[in-house]
This record gives sequence, C-alpha cells and structure tokens, in this order.
Amino acid sequence: MTQDEHKEGIGGMFNPTRYGIERVAYWLMRLSGLGLLAYFIAHIYETSNILRGQVGWDEMMQMTQTLEGHIILAIVIGMCVFHTVNGVRVMLGYGGIGVGKPARPDYPYEPASQNYRHKIGIYSSIVLAAAAMMYGLAVMFGE
Amino acid sequence: MAQVSSIADEQISTPVSSSKSITLRIARYNPEHDDSSMFMEFTVPCEKWTTVLEAILEVKKYFDHSVAVRYSCRQATCGSCGMIINGKPRLACFTKISELNSDVVTVEPMNNFPIIRDLAVKFERLFDTHQKIKPYLIRDDTEIESDEKEFLQSPKEVEQYIQFANCIKCGLCNSACPTMATDSSFVGPQALAQAYRYVADSRDKGKDSRLKIIDESHGIWRCHFAGSCSQVCPKGVDPAMGIQLLRGYLLGFRS
Ligand code: SF4
Ligand code: FES
Repeated sequence: MTQDEHKEGIGGMFNPTRYGIERVAYWLMRLSGLGLLAYFIAHIYETSNILRGQVGWDEMMQMTQTLEGHIILAIVIGMCVFHTVNGVRVMLGYGGIGVGKPARPDYPYEPASQNYRHKIGIYSSIVLAAAAMMYGLAVMFGE
Repeated sequence: MAQVSSIADEQISTPVSSSKSITLRIARYNPEHDDSSMFMEFTVPCEKWTTVLEAILEVKKYFDHSVAVRYSCRQATCGSCGMIINGKPRLACFTKISELNSDVVTVEPMNNFPIIRDLAVKFERLFDTHQKIKPYLIRDDTEIESDEKEFLQSPKEVEQYIQFANCIKCGLCNSACPTMATDSSFVGPQALAQAYRYVADSRDKGKDSRLKIIDESHGIWRCHFAGSCSQVCPKGVDPAMGIQLLRGYLLGFRS
C-alpha cells in the first residue's frame, strides 16, 4: 500500500473491531467463504484418491479419523452453516429487503439499514453455526 | 442601561464547568519530505462542549501553527473536517471530546484518501466519482420551458430521496468502507448513495443511464453490505440502505 494512496489495506478491511456486529459478520463471511473454497479444493483432491483404488481411498479416510481431521471438519461445518444462513440475510438485503424505508432523517440519525432484523439474522447465523459445530463434534467423537 | 450592565454582570459571575486537560495526538506527515507519519502530542485544556476541531485550532494558535487541517463551517455542514478520531472516521467539528470518554484523543488523516499534509486529504477522487453518477436531474424539458411553473412533488415523493440529499460530501463513508480499503477503482458508498438519490427522485428520468454507469466490475457489485458507511455518516444519509435499494432495481426487485 503506497503512502500516496493512503489506503487502509487488507488489515483495515479485515479489522472487525470498530463498526459493530455488521462488520464482524462481513469479516466472518469473507473468512468462511475463503475457508470453504480451500475445503472445496481439498475435497476434490481427497475424493480423487478413489482413483488409487481401495487402499488409497482407505488411507485418505484414515486421515479424517484423526483429532485434527475431526477439528477441521467441525470448522468446515461451522463455516458452511454461517455462510449459508448469513448469505440468505445478505441476499435479501441485496434486493433491498429488510433494509428500512427512506424517511426524513432525525438526529441522532440511527441508520435504518442497520436494524434489529439484520442483527437478529447475524446472531442467529453465529448461534446456528456454533450449534452445528457442537453437534458435529459430538457425532465425530461419539463414534 | 442599568439593566444591560446587570445582565452583563450576571453572565460574568455565572460559573462555568471546571476545565480539564486532554492529550491530543496529531499525526504529522508531509509527503514531499517525510517517509512515514509520526505523532506529536499536545496537552490541551477542554470543557465538556469542546470539539476536536477546537482542540486542534488551540494547538495551531498556541503551540504549532504549521498543523495542516481543513475546516470551514464548524457546524457539520461543509464536509471539510473529516478525519480519523480515536480510530473511527468522524467530523472534527461535530465530535465533542467529552463524548469520546478518553483522556487521549488521537487524530489522523482519513483512510482511503491521499494525504496532502497532516490531517488534510485530497478529495479529487470523491468528487470525480460523485460527478460520474450524474448528480443532477436528467430530463428533456426544463422548469423554464414547461407549462407548469415548477415540477411539483408530493411529500411522499420527497421522502423517497430527501435523506440522501443530506449528503455533505465529507467522505467519512468512503473512509470506513472495507472495499475502498483495498480497491482503488471502486466507485464508493458516497457516489452510490447519490446515484440512488437521483434515481429515486420522481422528477428524474435518468435511471437507466445511471444504472448502466454503476453496473460494472468496480461498481455497485463490490459492495458487500458491511454497513460501516452508514454507521459513520454524520448526516443520517444511510448509504448502505441507498445502495441496497439501488441494487434492487438491477436485480428486478424494484422498477
Ligand atoms: S453519505 Fe454521509 S458520510 Fe458519506 S459523504 Fe455523504 S454525508 Fe459524508
Ligand atoms: S468544519 Fe464544516 S463540516 Fe466540520
């Protein structure tokens, strides 16, 4: 980042601490999107091991049965649920649904687009993702 | 006459709240000869009504007149005094030190704007993107030629865009936007909100041409609805709302 442009850069884009839960949701959405993309590529590699026959496939399956494998899968479950539920919220917002109606602004100018419906949507996505991760961990470690 | 002097006496004897001091940290940087910015600290007296701009002007008056800062109206109207105050973009004239709840106030130039010197930043790009979305009514006739003397609107029609007409072009929204933080070509929340302002105006006939301008790779689709623009806007414009409503036209949810 050149001092010339004085852009905040990736650090500023990813800093979730300054603009409320909406910016946290933005940060989680980007992170989970990248994580799912990485998982998608790894998953193609993983399933392509079937070409190595029964032995190759079993070897690969063994890797997912380790502690690290379980934790990674639990994180993938969390990312998947958050990205889906929050994605529905964001898509509705993109269509102008639930973002409030234009009106004459009155001090102290609370932005109508940052309303409780969206906040509930964000908190629900986080809670559902956490619940799905816990369920996944219980299933995997309960085997 | 006697009454006037008694009023004057009364005002002089009215106790004012006790004064305290804060540390004002000002980012100093001159792109012509500095490699990086550094902070200078000043101890400034303040009352509960003292604004950050007044504290900076105090520094200019008594400690260092070379501090570069842009301001004009001192009442959140001209949009000149945007800066990062304790980590967030705010108007210096509209931010009271007492509301920051801190004895240390740090002021820096707005992010995502090139620095001229210290706290003053260049606005060329904001004005260019603002101009790009055609910020005026587009139609074939004019109020001068029309039989009706002026293009009348109902209060309801005015409500569709009036909050977006409040924009003072201060740039705080562009400074808070996470997309602006990395994308030098993004049109930005200020210009997009203004595009909505004109598209929603019942007198305007330029909707299609404006939608065409913003429907490009560094246009409206780069907004991810983080909402930070709306949280920092000092005039209640709520650019995030305008952008989503505008996107509603492109996605076919609105006509
Ligand atoms: S939309 Fe608000 S924050 Fe952005 S330039 Fe206009 S007044 Fe400033
Ligand atoms: S000095 Fe005009 S907006 Fe602050």
